[in-house]
Amino acid sequence: MTVYIIRRLIQLIPVLLGVTILVFLLMHLTPGNPAQLMAGENAPPETVERIEDRLGLNDPLPVQYFDYITGVVQGDLGTSMRYNTPVIDEVGDRFWVTMELAIYATLLSIFLGLIAGIISAVRQYSVSDVTIMIIALFGLSMPNFWLGLMLMQWFAINLGWFPPTGWGSPSQVLLPVITLGTAGAAIIARMTRSSMLEVISQDYIRTARAKGVKERIVVYKHALKNALIPVVTVVGLQFGSLLAGAVLTEEVFAINGMGRLLVDSIMNRDFPVVQACILIISVVFVVVNLLVDISYRFLNKRIDLNE
Amino acid sequence: MSQESILEVKDLRTSFFVEGDEVKAVDGVTFDVPKGKTLGIVGESGSGKSISALSILQLIDSPGKIVGGEVHFKGENLLDYSTADMRKIRGNQISMIFQEPMTSLNPVYTIGQQIREALKIHRGLDKKDGTEKAVELLELVGIPSPRKRVTQYPFELSGGMRQRVMIAMALACNPELLIADEPTTALDVTIQAQILELIKELQDEFGMSVVMITHDLGVVAETCDYVAVMYCGKVVEYADVKTLFKNPRHPYTVGLLNSLPRSDVDQEELIPIKGTVPAPHEMPDGCRFAPRCPFATELCHRELPNLDDVGEGEQIRCWIYTDEWDGDPEVKVYDPERTSEDK
Repeated sequence: MTVYIIRRLIQLIPVLLGVTILVFLLMHLTPGNPAQLMAGENAPPETVERIEDRLGLNDPLPVQYFDYITGVVQGDLGTSMRYNTPVIDEVGDRFWVTMELAIYATLLSIFLGLIAGIISAVRQYSVSDVTIMIIALFGLSMPNFWLGLMLMQWFAINLGWFPPTGWGSPSQVLLPVITLGTAGAAIIARMTRSSMLEVISQDYIRTARAKGVKERIVVYKHALKNALIPVVTVVGLQFGSLLAGAVLTEEVFAINGMGRLLVDSIMNRDFPVVQACILIISVVFVVVNLLVDISYRFLNKRIDLNE
Repeated sequence: MSQESILEVKDLRTSFFVEGDEVKAVDGVTFDVPKGKTLGIVGESGSGKSISALSILQLIDSPGKIVGGEVHFKGENLLDYSTADMRKIRGNQISMIFQEPMTSLNPVYTIGQQIREALKIHRGLDKKDGTEKAVELLELVGIPSPRKRVTQYPFELSGGMRQRVMIAMALACNPELLIADEPTTALDVTIQAQILELIKELQDEFGMSVVMITHDLGVVAETCDYVAVMYCGKVVEYADVKTLFKNPRHPYTVGLLNSLPRSDVDQEELIPIKGTVPAPHEMPDGCRFAPRCPFATELCHRELPNLDDVGEGEQIRCWIYTDEWDGDPEVKVYDPERTSEDK
């Protein structure tokens, strides 16, 4: 197990190198000059050029990348071109805000998704099944910024139950978490349903019933543990789109998270901040999926991680 | 039946309701299981033998439903029981083992956990006592190094070993009746004999009654005391095993025997039964077997015969043995010397 984890962590290195190269190229090849943006539209060309020199933007791309990556390896994510502060200071707190948002949303989607999916599967074709699946279809199809705006309109503005913006207090947390978690809950519900339906028709479920096991225990002990593997996979993959969705949710609810920082930095061509954000998101995504792979082993001992 | 019966199934009907159509999988099945004896239920695929067995324990999944009949276990009708009472019977007084040992054990729990479960439900054994008992049971069913096995998962065991585990699980609470649904079909021939032998030994040791469901008359000859032959959801012949093999009466039973290689009779060649089992939605009006029966008359095609007592505990569902028979009165349904050329 330990060997496996270490090996997977080593495999992270080429993945993250690839990510940095891709983001680096993407940022530098898109039109827009950070020096020009910093100096202002009417600045004389000499000023722009001086800033370019200071930022190292006139060096050949490979050199710029090499300088950047040398810093990263030493734990230095660079300096924000816009604020002239270390990137780490810019990202720091905002990273935790986004992580909080993403984790709460994931927990909410797992909780709702599992319950809805199980009810649906156990009562296949019943009214509750059909209702749950229709709601899930809506949850899946609604763009989350729109859902966010609607929630804000009803619960924050019309009813005044929650503050419309910000982050921190439980009442501020609820609406953004629902906004971000709904799509995930819908996907997990559908996955749980189909996976449970498949498991429930298996021979070993009949064996359990033939032993005199209570129906509730047949479902939650015998069936659910078998049905969880595809669900856990979806949760892992979902976490990626959740981080992406966080960008929109933060924008809608004016939350000072990493998503907003990322968008602002792209607008301002603040290369080091963009690169740092993407790098951090990639690390989180890859680590979450490593955790998912490890959890397989706990769900089914037959899965040998070393193979 | 002079002997005491542990299980009496009367006119059991189980249907599947698919898209508004009723498919009668078990259509009025009646049989007795004498105490301490083995009843074989034989029939082709789709004859309703497995569904009959599952109906006894009420393990029929939707869209299937038991629509009528009685299942008397030690004198009480199980079909009157509540779900909770029924759960107390399952795995306790009546146990079942299934056809597919490869898929009948839960892949994510250890052998020990799965055997302990029934012991915990019905005997209230805790983990420690349950494990001890599980080890004991595994030893009983002939699994080597049982103490190691209880901590293993099903995938670490071969098919034959898994079927032994299934048997250990079924025996956990000393059931009075064991229902074995084709327990050897999925196993290698050498393993088949071992498993049948094991069931027989355990039956003698614990005085269990057994319902052995199989399509294999060889298994019946080896293990059963009584036999119910099923065709299209109905019992067509019920007899003790010696009579059935020596003097089969129903043309379907005869057909089955003629298509089976035997060492006790001189056979020129094997004679298959013509045609195939009718599909559930095109069931004939008269005797279900009439379209394939070499002796069928107009009466057979028109009307369904009853399952009648013909003496000595034997029951036959065939017009030939009734007064109404309109065919050749001298008809010889079973002739051990008969070959296909005589037809």
